[in-house]
Parts: sequence; C-alpha cells; structure tokens
Amino acid sequence: MNQTADTPDIVVIGGGNAALCAAITAAEAGARVLILESAPKPYRGGNSRHTRNFRCMHHGPLGPLVDSYTEEEYLADLMKVTGGKTDEHLARLAIRTSEECLPWMQEHGVRFQPSLSGTLSLARTNAFFLGGGKSLVNAYYRTAARLGVEVHYEAEVTHLELDNDRIAFVEYAHQGETRRVTPKSVVVASGGFQADTDWLARAWGPAAKNFLIRGTPYNRGVVLADLLDQGVEQVGDPTQCHAVAIDGRAPKFDGGIVTRLDCVPFSIVVNKDAQRFYDEGEDVWPKRYAIWGRLVAAQPDQVGYVIIDAKSLNLFMPSVFPPIKADTLEELADKMELPADALVQTVAEFNAACGDTSGFHPTELDGVSTNGLTPPKTNWARPITEPPFYGYSLRTGVTFTYLGLKVDERAQCAIGNRPVRNLWAAGETMAGSILGQGYLAGFGMTIGTVFGRIAGKEAAAHAN
Amino acid sequence: MQTDLLQEARRQAEICNACRYCEGYCSVFPALHAERAFSDGDLTQLANLCHNCRGCYYACQYTAPHEFDLNLPQALADVRQDSWEDLAFPQAAGRAFQKNGVLIALATVVGFALLFWAARSLASQGGEGFYAVLSHNAMVAIFLPAFLFPLVSIGISLRRYWRHVGAQPLKPAHLAQAFRQAANMKNLKGGHGDGCNFEDEDRFTHARRAVHQAVMYGFLLCFASTSVATVMHYALHMPAPYGLLSLPKILGLSGGLLLVAGCFEMIRLKLRSDRNLGASGAFGGEIAFIGLLGFVGLSGLVLYALGQTALMPPLLALHLGAVLAFFLLTPFTKMAHGFYRLAALAADAQR
Ligand SMILES: Cc1cc2nc3c(=O)[nH]c(=O)nc-3n(C[C@H](O)[C@H](O)[C@H](O)COP(=O)(O)OP(=O)(O)OC[C@H]3O[C@@H](n4cnc5c(N)ncnc54)[C@H](O)[C@@H]3O)c2cc1C
Ligand code: SF4
Ligand code: SF4
Repeated sequence: MNQTADTPDIVVIGGGNAALCAAITAAEAGARVLILESAPKPYRGGNSRHTRNFRCMHHGPLGPLVDSYTEEEYLADLMKVTGGKTDEHLARLAIRTSEECLPWMQEHGVRFQPSLSGTLSLARTNAFFLGGGKSLVNAYYRTAARLGVEVHYEAEVTHLELDNDRIAFVEYAHQGETRRVTPKSVVVASGGFQADTDWLARAWGPAAKNFLIRGTPYNRGVVLADLLDQGVEQVGDPTQCHAVAIDGRAPKFDGGIVTRLDCVPFSIVVNKDAQRFYDEGEDVWPKRYAIWGRLVAAQPDQVGYVIIDAKSLNLFMPSVFPPIKADTLEELADKMELPADALVQTVAEFNAACGDTSGFHPTELDGVSTNGLTPPKTNWARPITEPPFYGYSLRTGVTFTYLGLKVDERAQCAIGNRPVRNLWAAGETMAGSILGQGYLAGFGMTIGTVFGRIAGKEAAAHAN
Repeated sequence: MQTDLLQEARRQAEICNACRYCEGYCSVFPALHAERAFSDGDLTQLANLCHNCRGCYYACQYTAPHEFDLNLPQALADVRQDSWEDLAFPQAAGRAFQKNGVLIALATVVGFALLFWAARSLASQGGEGFYAVLSHNAMVAIFLPAFLFPLVSIGISLRRYWRHVGAQPLKPAHLAQAFRQAANMKNLKGGHGDGCNFEDEDRFTHARRAVHQAVMYGFLLCFASTSVATVMHYALHMPAPYGLLSLPKILGLSGGLLLVAGCFEMIRLKLRSDRNLGASGAFGGEIAFIGLLGFVGLSGLVLYALGQTALMPPLLALHLGAVLAFFLLTPFTKMAHGFYRLAALAADAQR
C-alpha cells in the first residue's frame, strides 16, 4: 500500500467530460486536483470521446445555434422521450444552466462546428463539437494541465472507504500497486457499468452477453458498485439502458458512432428465421433509432437482418462496413446465413402488400404503406425487387446504463437521508437522477457539463 | 499508383464518411462527404487537398490502439507522395528524388561543380561584377533551359493530374478561388482559426502556417526580385549591379531573409513533429529539399554581403549551383506540392 506523496484537495474519479468539467472548475476555485483515469492516455475521455454534440437551451442565437430553444420546449422534448420518467426539478436545473455552459465551454477551449452541412437538422437545439468529443476532451485536458490539475492514467479506483458520512480515503491501482489517497473532497464521474457484461447479464438475463458496447470498455461500474454496496443512495433501474440497433459486425467495445445504420426505414428487417417482427416505417430514423436496440434484443440470438434493394442503397448515410451484396434473394440469404425459402417468401408477401408507391418521399413520413400485412410497414413501403440486393446484420448496441448514484441539486451523494459530506457525482454515473429512461440526443453532455461544474464548485468549497 | 496505399486510404475515407466528426477542419471532409465510393482519382484529389495539419488525427476516436487504426493524415500523405512520383515527367526522376534526401544533396553538389566548371571554362569576356565570373550570356545559356524545363515538366504533370482526378475544364473563377485559399492558407487555420496540430500534439498553434507563409512569400519575393531584374536588364537596359534601394534589392533582401528564417523554422518544426503522421519514408527528402531552398536564400544573402570581397567568385558559384539544382529538381521534390495543391484547390472549387 502506497500513500500518494502530495495529497490533493480533491480527487476526481474518471477522465471524461463530467470529470474534466469538475476538475477545471475546482482548480479555478484554487483547489489542488488529481484526476484518476482508469484508461491509458490514448483511450482517455471515456464515452465523451465518442460524442458529437451538446443540447443547449438559448434565448436567441448563441454561438453556433440559431433561433432560440426555450426551457419549456427543451423540457417538453425531454418528457416525450422519457415518458415522464424525469426528475423535473433537476432537469430544469440542467436545462437552464446549459445556456451558460456553451460560452464556458468555448472559454475553456471547446470549438464548435460553424454550421452543419450534413443530414441532421439540429442546428437549433444541438451545438456540434468541431472534431467531435475527442477534440473537446483534448481541449479540456490542455486547460486542466494549465491550471495545474494532475492526471494519473491507468489508475483504476477500486474502493472508496465510507466512514460514517464521509469518504475517508480513495484506493486505486496504479503501475502494479495499490495506492491510497486521502483528499478532502471526492467527485465520482466514472460513467455507467455497461462495459461489465456480467453485470448487464445479471440485470438483463443471458441475452445481454450478445450485446455490443458502443463506447469505452473502461466504464465497468467498479466505483458505482463499491459505493452502492456501502449503502450510498441509488437511483434508477438496472434493467434500463440506452440501446440502439447497430451494425452486427461492429467491435464488441468502442465501435462508436460509425457503427450506426440508417437504412431501416427503407428496408424490411427480419430475424434469423427470416420473419419480420416490427413496423420498419414507424417514424423517421433518428426518432426510431433507439427502439430497435430493444426490438433486436428480443429476437432469437439478439440479431436482426436488414434487407434492401438497389434503389434504396443511396438514401441513407454511408455505413462503415459495406453491405452484403447478392444478385438474387436466395444468394443473399445464403451469404447472410438465413433460410432462403423463408426469406423469399417473406419478401414476396411484403412486396404483394405494397400498394401505390408514387408518393414515396425518403425524408418525411410519406404514408406509403402496406395493406393487410402484419406487422405493417406504415411508411416508405416499396417492394424489394431491384437487384442487386443488399443486407446488413443488426445487433443491440448499448450506449449507457441508468442505474446510478442519487444526487441532489448540489450534485451531492447521500446515504440514508443525509448527504455524504465530501462526495459528489457527475455525468453518466448520476444521470439516472434526471433521466429515468429513454434518451434525448445531446443531453448526456448537458448533464455532464452542468453537474460536473456544480460538483467541482461544491467540492472546492468544501475543501477550502 | 500503389494499390495498397490507395486501398488503405479508401478504407479510412469510408470510416470517415460514416463518422463525419471532422467535417469543419478543412476542405478534405466536405469533398469526401460528397462521395459514397472512392475511385483512385477521388483519393488522389482528397490527398492533394490535405495539408497534413493533423487536426483530424488528434480529434479521432479511432486512432491506434483502436482496431480501426485511423491515421488519415498519413494515409493521405502516402497517396499524395505516391501521386507526385507517379505523375512526374519524367516519372523516373520523380521516383528517384521525391523521397531521397541523399540524391537531392548529390544533385546540389553536381550543381555546384557545374557552376565552378562553367566559371572556370566559360569565364568572363571582360564583364563586370558577377559577370566577371560568368558572362551574362553564359548565365542565360545555363538558366534559361533550367527554368523552362521544370515549367514544361510541371505543365505535363498537372495535365495528367487534371485527367486523373476527373476535373472539369478550368474556369478563371476556379483558379481565382484556388489562389485566394492558397494565399492565406485558409485550411491551415484548422476551421476554427486556432491553427493546426503540427507543433505539439493536440495543441493548436499557428506555427506551421506562419512558417509556411514565410517560406512561400519569401520565395515569391526572391522570384519577383529576379523577374524585376530581368525586365530591368532587357527592357529598360539597366544591367546589374543594383543599389541597395533598387527594387530588385529590396525584394531580394526581404525575400531572402523571410525564406531563410522560414526554412530554418520549418526544419525545426518538422524535427519536432510526429513523423508517423506524415508520408512514410519521405522525411529525408523533405528535409533535404527545405535545406536546399534555405541554402539558395542564404547563399544569396551571403553573396550580397560579401559581393565586394575576394570570396565573391566561389560564393557566386555556390549560389548559382544551388539555384540550378533547385530549378531542375522543382518537379521532383516537395516544391511540386504547391502546383498540385493549387490544382486540387481549383478542382475543388468546381464541386
Ligand atoms: C457512440 C456514442 C455517441 C454519443 N453521442 C453523444 C452525443 O453526441 N451527445 C451527448 O450528449 N451524449 C452522447 N453520448 C452519451 C455520452 O457519451 C455520455 O452521456 C457522456 O459522455 C458521459 O460523460 P461522463 O463524463 O459521465 O462519462 P465518460 O465520458 O464515459 O467518462 C467516464 C470515465 O471514467 C473512467 N472510469 C471508469 N471507471 C473508472 C474507475 N474505476 N477508476 C477511474 N476511472 C474510471 C473512464 O475511463 C472514463 O474516462 C454518446 C455515447 C456514445 C457511446
Ligand atoms: S478522422 Fe476520425 S473523427 Fe475524424 S471524421 Fe475520420 S473517423 Fe471521424
Ligand atoms: S490532416 Fe488536416 S488537412 Fe489533412 S485531412 Fe486531416 S484535417 Fe484535413
């Protein structure tokens, strides 16, 4: 056991967006801060490395954002996706504070994309990072270094010793030994537990072993489990996680954004028995993107197969892996290891149910639907007839879990009904305090930035 | 062109096309996003649009040790380097010199030797100043072809380039836009105006842009000085030497100083930068070329300072020898990149 030589005022656990916002804020308040990041330097930044944008309330144009986006509108969007499972008080706090975050981010080195030429029309609600989340993380590490924040990489925190209502010391593994540090304040910002597939399987059942993890392999919930075991208040449901359907060929961990597939609305999706199981045309893809993670998870072997034909190939964002291609449906079925007869029959039934397709419009709900088919396809239903035929496999990709530490509006953790006097949490690890289910694009970075800054400020005030 | 380099660039471009996070850094990404599949010509065009500013590398969540192993600056640099070797006329010269610092140095020594030999055997027929060392006619006889040959060679290469990337017929507006972008090196500002990531990992600085500007404008001023002197000599019948406050001297002195300082700093910057983000194996050739360019400037300045001393004749031979090597090597060294870059920017203006 090694005691860390210079005891910092504050230890921040984690090295992603929330951790960095906390560390910077605390250092600016005069505290000596140590970041313990379990990943090696090239993988620092956790899931924040993979992000693209940040959702921000604003009165009138702000930075790269056009028009305005009010608190009420933002909250309404949030309520819609969470089905009301939202702590309104904390949500309003996050939403309201997001407006001052954007200039703060710019002052601390984050740069935004001026305007977006791509397919997403989010220029009003979401500010896109120039270069994505990794460039944001890099900018924050530069700023933190300038402020004297110390960072230990490959330093996995294994235990926080809870002594009555305060954290007595923090234990972590570093360079092959166990070290102990006794800071005045501790900020936990170490993400969810989705990279621990055993934990996922305990919550979800064995099917979870087949899930792919979209982000960092380092968010294994070690600190979360350690604190919950010691009685720190928990929030959220272990079976809830944000999951989307991604390319089945994606790596087990860390595939990130490129593994997404946008082709579902123009396709039919079948399971491994070549049977359809849901309305592929229910809504435009960004809205329906998230539900397919669960739909695929419920199918045998947790896989799905997207089938399209030549006329649809260029209607969606390019994908990272090329589609499987064949001149006939039988050949495609063979290549995708699907039962050929069943696939041919499913496609034939689908094609027969398609009606007038002259109203087809790829970017809006066009009402071009099937007749008398179960499940129906309610938009973009065009027969799959034009060779070559293309296929993608789909698997469930987990973004993050919702079970976490319960915090108050000061980002402070609690035990029983009392606050833990020197423990704060920020980011994904406490996101369940606000978000009970569902997900609103760009809200993860909002929670991390808002609560990271609050946690940093409170931790520094306590330490001083 | 080397198919393995193209294949690797294609693989990476397809990943970028699915990601699009780097959209705002430079012209490469909007051009890339306009395609779904990349022909060899498309990749060559993208490669020549890239300034190797490295912004996209440090922003990338897929760099090694990630299994996607993204290193777009290097993949494009390799294709770019290969395209210069491939499109060069004659091609063998492109293949010989582009990456080979030793050969560039050797060629420079040959340039020196040639000029010493010329000074000795074609010596003056009673000229004054520099012309006492080498007559004006001898200079013209040596340098006119040495000037015209690279122009012809590069002209042929650029035509090949234009065809290879499948560009449309050139319009003045495209050229104007290309020159505008090259003039302030828009793309080296990193899209946000903070500069690029050449100097110190992910820190944004203007160092490379400033140094590159110094080299480019230094060179252009020197070139302007020579051009003005030529006009003065032939059209205005005002032969050299010129006084300190004459146009050729003002242009030449300021240009020479800029050029030398720029080359010196560029070499320093390159030595500090991460070589794994540049073209594989081209480092020696690049350093030798910048050294040669810097030497042209430096020897010109020294010649000016010591032109009235007994050292003048050998200094003149060294300077002219370096100039000769520089001109003749232009199509086959990093110097050619300026022409390809302009062509790429002009082709991009058509998009
Ligand atoms: C592909 C993808 C795209 C996304 N896109 C967006 C988007 O565009 N906008 C948005 O708002 N959200 C997005 N999200 C969600 C977003 O990533 C998260 O909400 C946000 O990054 C959470 O930040 P964080 O700081 O809490 O956690 P992270 O950034 O994941 O940081 C957690 C850190 O803790 C470290 N850590 C874990 N355990 C330990 C330990 N025991 N000891 C020490 N360190 C530890 C990890 O190494 C990591 O550095 C995306 C997620 C993914 C996977
Ligand atoms: S370099 Fe990396 S981050 Fe940038 S667009 Fe390509 S894949 Fe995305
Ligand atoms: S290195 Fe710079 S110029 Fe080249 S593609 Fe990347 S961002 Fe663009």
